[in-house]
Amino acid sequence: MKHKKIITHIILGIASFLIAFPLLFALLKSTQSPGQVMSARLMPGDMFFRNVSRVWNNYSFYRYMANSMKISLVIMVGKTIFSFFAAFALVFMDFKGKKFIFGFIIVTLMMPTEMLIIGLFDVVSLQPAASAGEFFSWFIHPGKLLFEPVQYGFGWTDKAASIVVPFLASATAVFMFRQHFRNIPGSLMDASLIDGAGPWRFILHVLFPLSRNTIGALFVVQFVYAWNQYLWPRVIIRNESAQVIQVGLKALFGNSEGVEWGQVMAGSVITMIPPLIILILLHDQFMKGIAFSDNK
Amino acid sequence: MNTHSQYRSRVLPWVFLSPTLFILLVFLYYPAWQSIILSLFRSNLFLGTRQFIGLENFRNLLTGPLAPAYKQVFLQTLVFSVLVIVPGLLISLALASMTNSLGKHGKIYRILLIWPYALSPAVAGTIFSFMFNPDTGAVNTFLKQFGGLQPRWLDNPVLAFVLVVCGCIWKNLGYNIVFYLASLQNIPKANYEAAELDGAGVLRKFFRITLPLVSPVTYFLIFTNLTYTVFEAFALVDLMTMGGPMGPPPLDKAGLTTFLIYKVFQDGFGGSSNMGFAAAQSVILMIMVAAVTFLQFKYGDKKVHYGGE
Repeated sequence: MKHKKIITHIILGIASFLIAFPLLFALLKSTQSPGQVMSARLMPGDMFFRNVSRVWNNYSFYRYMANSMKISLVIMVGKTIFSFFAAFALVFMDFKGKKFIFGFIIVTLMMPTEMLIIGLFDVVSLQPAASAGEFFSWFIHPGKLLFEPVQYGFGWTDKAASIVVPFLASATAVFMFRQHFRNIPGSLMDASLIDGAGPWRFILHVLFPLSRNTIGALFVVQFVYAWNQYLWPRVIIRNESAQVIQVGLKALFGNSEGVEWGQVMAGSVITMIPPLIILILLHDQFMKGIAFSDNK
Repeated sequence: MNTHSQYRSRVLPWVFLSPTLFILLVFLYYPAWQSIILSLFRSNLFLGTRQFIGLENFRNLLTGPLAPAYKQVFLQTLVFSVLVIVPGLLISLALASMTNSLGKHGKIYRILLIWPYALSPAVAGTIFSFMFNPDTGAVNTFLKQFGGLQPRWLDNPVLAFVLVVCGCIWKNLGYNIVFYLASLQNIPKANYEAAELDGAGVLRKFFRITLPLVSPVTYFLIFTNLTYTVFEAFALVDLMTMGGPMGPPPLDKAGLTTFLIYKVFQDGFGGSSNMGFAAAQSVILMIMVAAVTFLQFKYGDKKVHYGGE
């Protein structure tokens, strides 16, 4: 028995090392001088802060970082709040057309943004109508609204709204909250009803405290998702000062001649840090939240 | 499931639902519909011209001079998906069940194995680009010291393809292991203890207990990994190979690592900026995703063991 455990530890240890190797490698190389980076040396150098500061200042990583941080936090919090309330209505409230609305939300699980970029690009980037009257005369005309390429959009090219607003709703999050709410004993709500508490008090005093793991798990899922976005910002953001960090990485080694790989590796390491911190901070809630939603 | 008594209100449910419904309608449903409409037009991103041409974009994809490239890309994406998903899921399940078998002593691996969940395809692509750069990359500098073998990693079609597969498997590991670990935690220990009393070995326990009991998660993961490899591998390809290099004939119609979503990007936002042509490809993707989802709902449920309540 003991013998078996040791073998398991050895295998898992080796696997952990192999999985971490590319990142450890990047971390080591980010500390080396341009000369050392090109050698096979795997000893840490002392150029880490120089590399980081070059990337931070010369390649505007401070700006990419701020942009990415802003959009990721807004998506993480906004999506979670909106989905919480949507799931609340689906589980705890009685209204007509519930099945249809649930279907309407859940079908979007199979509509990843990447698949929609062509249509989404026009909707987000085209200039809005000059006046409300002009917009309405287009909007109330079903032939034009539905059967011709879209005429007016939001005019959000290069604006943070373009990479935030389309992602504030999520079928995944609504679904996870719904699963979680359905497992909450009905007696809790009955007790709350007997006390004469309305939906708001029930949400605040009962539901919210019981949902910590699900919220924690969704914070991780949504932050990582928002932080790692690539294709959509690459397409919709043309102005470098509004760009996100993942696309900013490409600028670091866009011209393959004379790339300073030490700096590129420093850039990758910086890019990894925020989602890693969120994952480690919320690790327990994340694992519990996922385990719970899995237990259908 | 519990049946809840429910709050009744005419307005409140719609207040709660409206932000989600509005965003889904305006930024998912309408763009999806717009992609279908655009696929019937000849539309140029930069010139802003739009001309109705019926099904010509689809005809061009399936027959004519542009069709062989699309067929090759289609095939490549299929091979790529299988090569990423099958080994990726096997490795993940093996590592997760080993970690699970250690119980409390395996806690450290729960962090060491799942951290790639936070890894972005762009970072994975960047690190791989440096490690395997044929001239300045670390792997070749290392190899130079031992024998001098210098493979042209990212310039060689086969090696580039394999590297993108490896990068994608690496990136997915964290996600897959998270879900397998979560699912393994829900398997009652008693199952394993009973099997041990019967003298079942490690492999027997794995195939008779673990594998059947995680099958719902496996189905879920096949589906999510499929969308991942088809759609999100974009960043990996964009940073490592930009869709290239060209394969040997007959695979010389398109870059060997150009996958369906990369082709949508190239045709819609690249040189020719033919948005209608790219929209037609999006529509084909939608039909495929719809078909896979349908199959998953129709057949997935029956063959899968869902743990008892």
